[in-house]
Amino acid sequence: MAGITLKNVSKVYDNGFEAVKFINLDIVDGEFMVLVGPSGCGKSTTLRMIAGLEEISSGHLYIGEELMNKVDPQDRNIAMVFQNYALYPHMTVYENMAFGLKLQKLDKKEIDKRIKEVAETLHIESQLDKRPKALSGGQRQRVALGRAIVRHPRVFLMDEPLSNLDAKLRVQMRAELIRLHKDLKTTFVYVTHDQTEAMTMGSRICVMKDGIIKQVATPEDIYNKPDNLFVAGFIGSPQMNFYKGTLLKEMEEYFLLGNNDEYGDFKFPLKVADKENAKPYLGKNIIFGVRPEHIKFTEEDGLKAQVLVTELLGSEVHIHLHVQGEIHTVKTDASVHIKAGDIIRVIPDPDKIHLFDPDTENAII
Amino acid sequence: MKRLKTSTLFKVAIILYLFIIIFPFFWVTVTSFRPESEIWGSAALKLKGATFTTENYKLLFKTPILNSLKNSLIISTITTVYVTFIASLCAYAIARLDFKFKKLLTVIVLATSMFPQMIVIGPIYRVFVQLGWTNSYYISLPYSNITLPVAIFILITHFSQIPKEMEESATMDGSSKINTFFKIILPLAAPGIFTAAIIIFIGAWNEFLLSLTLNTNEAWRTATVNISFLRGQFEIFWGQVTAATVVVTIPTLIIVILFQKQIVSGITSGALKE
Repeated sequence: MAGITLKNVSKVYDNGFEAVKFINLDIVDGEFMVLVGPSGCGKSTTLRMIAGLEEISSGHLYIGEELMNKVDPQDRNIAMVFQNYALYPHMTVYENMAFGLKLQKLDKKEIDKRIKEVAETLHIESQLDKRPKALSGGQRQRVALGRAIVRHPRVFLMDEPLSNLDAKLRVQMRAELIRLHKDLKTTFVYVTHDQTEAMTMGSRICVMKDGIIKQVATPEDIYNKPDNLFVAGFIGSPQMNFYKGTLLKEMEEYFLLGNNDEYGDFKFPLKVADKENAKPYLGKNIIFGVRPEHIKFTEEDGLKAQVLVTELLGSEVHIHLHVQGEIHTVKTDASVHIKAGDIIRVIPDPDKIHLFDPDTENAII
Repeated sequence: MKRLKTSTLFKVAIILYLFIIIFPFFWVTVTSFRPESEIWGSAALKLKGATFTTENYKLLFKTPILNSLKNSLIISTITTVYVTFIASLCAYAIARLDFKFKKLLTVIVLATSMFPQMIVIGPIYRVFVQLGWTNSYYISLPYSNITLPVAIFILITHFSQIPKEMEESATMDGSSKINTFFKIILPLAAPGIFTAAIIIFIGAWNEFLLSLTLNTNEAWRTATVNISFLRGQFEIFWGQVTAATVVVTIPTLIIVILFQKQIVSGITSGALKE
């Protein structure tokens, strides 16, 4: 077991493309770190650099206390699970799992013992003599996991391991991976583009965009205290609503003033905890964000807007509104009867408004 | 309706093509069982009432044909083994490793197969004479000239089809590059290697010019060359030539029939994405 430290690590490809730009990241021993971001954000490249499959252009990578830049991947004692499983098709499940152990020159009894143990925890005991071709997607995924686990590696790397599974199986495997991490107590680094996976599985989440780390924090902090506009918009489903407006202060009370075209101006009351920070933005343009579940209906005041579509999801309804030329979402329970075309008024919870600087896109308060 | 028409048209075309390909071999086979007197003239066209004889074969086996078949077999086998081995290493390097001038190198390798043999045979002959390698199994070495580029080309397509993650996964399992090549890549590329090996074997088996030039001694002649020597001062023994042609074709025919499944899957798997 070991932690991982990336110091000013970057990756520049031969064609000049900068996939990862001087990132610093400390992954604590035993942590479940999820790298998440849209495609092309550099998350997979980062993972592959940790694995050693991709050379590091500049910076330092430490696993435990050891500098790893020049260590071959086969000598790093790391296991990796690939998106398409990458099982060896000409070997049985047993041979697939034994491949790495034989290379470690373990004796046959030990190999057999380890494989049987792991096969039991993953419920693949009955599949050991089969070839990968004869297995279902979920079973293949388990074998790929098993092949990683039997080696007792210092670190597990996973590159979108669930994205080839159907939705139901994915939810099931998600829970199993969380359980596995608890049992093994080993460092996991997990790459995904799916923010639900990130939120449910990670002890911490590292959100990346364009080769840069946008925020590293626990799932709660990422959700409740996003550092910038990108993280606020990327994490959460449906995504956070953003409004353009001005920050005002009237008689010690803060307000946000905005305009929604033909439906007129709107004014949201707001609670500001750090008044010093808010001062320079008074009377200036600002972006404020509210999550769909933090918006309530109101009879007067608030924001007036037209309903475009309503989506019933069983226990809840998503109401899409046309606001400032964009589509905003309000999440409410299914008992509310609103239909497309209605004109309604909404107002956000004053405690739950996030403010962002329109130039730097960083969170203000 | 239109579909039916095209499919019939297609069938007719195939039958016609097969006829064109098979007819000469059929004619040769029929001729090999006839006496010399019935090979030429109007008797040659008679299918019914022709005399059946195995005389041509009896005469043929009095010539050194068996020795030349043995030479062909040994030389073709040696060529197949070492060319397949070298071609798989080359193809793997080209398909998977990153190095400078890779594309140029590939083009040069393929270009060598375009050189007319007449051009290269002179220098090869001189080298062989100087080394004292004429009339020996060393002739397998210049055979790579005709077989290696094709084999490399076939194998490149097969190696590049194997998902890269397969190798990366082996690397993460602690496997060295060379171990990965032998334990993972080669077994996965087996159909391609099979195809390449068979094509190499047939190429070597059918080779004529190098063998004629380098192995001039009767004891070292290959079967194809031996056929061309089935002649007297004033005549060619067509009966024996046709019998020899049948005999020489049999080994390749057996190979193709035995391994047709592998050959077909090998050829098509290079073309289709899975």
